[in-house]
Amino acid sequence: MTAAGGSRRSDTFAIALLGALVVGAIVVPMFSRQDPLGIGDVLSLRLLPPGARDAHGGLHVLGTDRFGRDLFVRMMLAGRVSLAVGVVGSLLAGGLGTVVGALAAWIGGAVDAVLMAVADALLALPRLVLLLVCAALWQPGLATVVVVLVATGWMGVARMVRAEVLGVRAQPFVDAATALGASSPRVLWRHALPNALGPAIVATTLGVGNAILLESGLSFLGIGIQPPQPSWGNMIAGGRDLIVAAPWVAIAPGIALIATVLACTLLGDTLRDRLAGEAGATLRERA
Amino acid sequence: MLRRIGGALLLLWLVLTITFALIRLAPGDAATFLVPPSATAADAARIRAELGLDRSIAVQYARWAIALLRGDLGESFSLHQPVASALAQALPVSLALGAASLALTFIVGVPLGMLQAVRRGSRVDRAITFLTTVVYAAPSFWLALALVAVFTYGAAAWGLPRWMRLPAFAMRSPGAELHGAAAVMDAVRHALLPVTILAAVGAAGIARYARSSVADVLGRDFVRTARAKGASPRRVYFRHVLATVLPALIVLFALSLPGLVAGSIFVEAVFAWPGMGRLMVNAITARDYPLVMGAAAIYAAIVLLANLTADLALPLVDPRRRA
Repeated sequence: MTAAGGSRRSDTFAIALLGALVVGAIVVPMFSRQDPLGIGDVLSLRLLPPGARDAHGGLHVLGTDRFGRDLFVRMMLAGRVSLAVGVVGSLLAGGLGTVVGALAAWIGGAVDAVLMAVADALLALPRLVLLLVCAALWQPGLATVVVVLVATGWMGVARMVRAEVLGVRAQPFVDAATALGASSPRVLWRHALPNALGPAIVATTLGVGNAILLESGLSFLGIGIQPPQPSWGNMIAGGRDLIVAAPWVAIAPGIALIATVLACTLLGDTLRDRLAGEAGATLRERA
Repeated sequence: MLRRIGGALLLLWLVLTITFALIRLAPGDAATFLVPPSATAADAARIRAELGLDRSIAVQYARWAIALLRGDLGESFSLHQPVASALAQALPVSLALGAASLALTFIVGVPLGMLQAVRRGSRVDRAITFLTTVVYAAPSFWLALALVAVFTYGAAAWGLPRWMRLPAFAMRSPGAELHGAAAVMDAVRHALLPVTILAAVGAAGIARYARSSVADVLGRDFVRTARAKGASPRRVYFRHVLATVLPALIVLFALSLPGLVAGSIFVEAVFAWPGMGRLMVNAITARDYPLVMGAAAIYAAIVLLANLTADLALPLVDPRRRA
C-alpha cells in the first residue's frame, strides 16, 4: 500500500506499539498497589485529573474514575481482556472458517451445499445484528463474547478457503500425491490446505482489530464484558456522562483502543501486501 | 434473474429460521420480563398461554411461519403494538441516517482516495493516510462522544457562536413548535453530528480502498498509452482511471448500505435516536420475539436487496459483465 520505506517504518511503529501495550497489560496490573476492581476511599480518590497525587501520596498518571480507581492500571487490565478477546476470537473464527471451508470444498455435494447455505444465511445479517442476537443467548461475559465472535466471524474465511481449496484441487501436484497413494485426508492436510491458507491468514490477522472493536462495542452497549471487570468498551461507557466533568475517564481507554486497532490494521495491511500477492487483490475487493 | 430473486427469498427464510432458533435457545422468555416481581407462577403461566409460549417450539414456528406468509408480523410483546407499525416508525429513521451517511461517505471518500493515489508518497498523501487509518480504527461511539464533548458542551463553554453549538440528543428540539424552514433547520442541526460520524468512519474505509485501487490502475499499460498519446491529466483520470475503478466502487456503494444501517446502532445509542438499532437492542433484552424476528427480517432484507442491486448494477457500468 505505502512505499516500501514508509511501510517498514509504520511496521516498526505498529510492532513497538503492540509490544508496549502487551507488556504494559501484563506488567502494570501486577505492580499496582491499589485493587483495580475494588472500591476504596471513594470521596478522597474519585475523579482526580491526570498526573494528580492523591491524599495518600499515590501518583495517578491518567487520573482516577468515579470510584477512585486508578485509570492507568484499569486501562492496562482492560488491555489484557481486549487483546486476549481479539486474538483468541479472531484465531478461533479463522480456524473454524478454515475447517468448514476445506471440508466443504473437499467433500463437495450435499455437505458443501448445506455448509455454504448456512454461511450465506449468516452473512445475510449484518455481523453486528447477529452479534446482538447471539450475545443475548448466554450470561454476558468474557466467554460469551469470544463464542459469539467466533460464531459470527467464520463465514468470510470459510468462503475464501473453499474457493482456494477448489482452485488448488485442480493442480497437478494434488493428482500426483493421490497417484502416489496418499489418502484423501492426507492430501487435503499436507498438500491442498497449506497452499490454500494465504488469504485465510491475512483475513484472520485483519480480523483481530475488528474483533477488538466489536468486543468494545458490545461492552459499550452493556452486553459484553461486565463491570467491575474492565474492558475498554465498558470503561468508555462508564465515562460517557462524565465527558464534561472528567473527560479523561473516556478519553484514555478510547486512545488505547484506537492505538491497538491501528497497530493491528497496519500489520494486517503489510501482511496482505507481502504474503497474499494475488490473493491480496481479492481481499481488497472484500474489504 | 428470477432465479436470483428466488434464491434471495429462500436465503431470507433460512436467516429467519436460524434467528428463530437462536432466540428460543436463549434462557428466559418474554413472560419473565413482562410479569411484575409480585406475580405468582400462575400469573406467569397465564401470560405464557396468552402469548402462545406454552406450546412446543415446532408449533410456535409453524404459527409464526403461517402468519408471516399472510403478511402478519405479529404483535410486539413489550411495546403493545403491531410489529409492522413499530418497524414502520423505526426504519425510516435508520434508513435516512444510513442513506445520508452513505452519500457523504462516497462524496468525500472517493475524491480523497483518488487525490492520494495521484499524489502518492507526497505529504498530502501521508497526512490523509494517517487520518483515514486512525478514523478507521476508532470506534464510532467514542468518536460520537468526542464530537459531543466539543460541539455541544465545548462550544457552549468556549462561547462559540450559536450556529456552531450542535444538539447532542434526539431528532428534534423537544417541546419546540417549529414550522417550515425552521423545522427543517432544526432537524438538520440534530442530524449533523450523527451523520458526520457515520460518514467519517465510512469515508475513511472508502478512501483507503479508492487509493489502493486507483494506484493499481495508474500503473497499467493503458494509462501509459493514454498519456503517451497526449491525453490531458484530467482526461486520463476521469475517462480512463475512474471508468476502470467505477464498477468496483458502485458494487461497494450498494454493499455499504447494510453496514451503515447496522453501524448506526451505536450512533443511535449515543444520540438517543429512535431507529432500528435501538429497537433491536431493546427487543433482544426484553425477549420480545416477534419484534426481534421483524427487525432481523428487515436487516436481512436490506442486505439481500443490496446484494441484488450490486449484481444488477454491475452490467450497467461494466460492459465486460454484459451477457
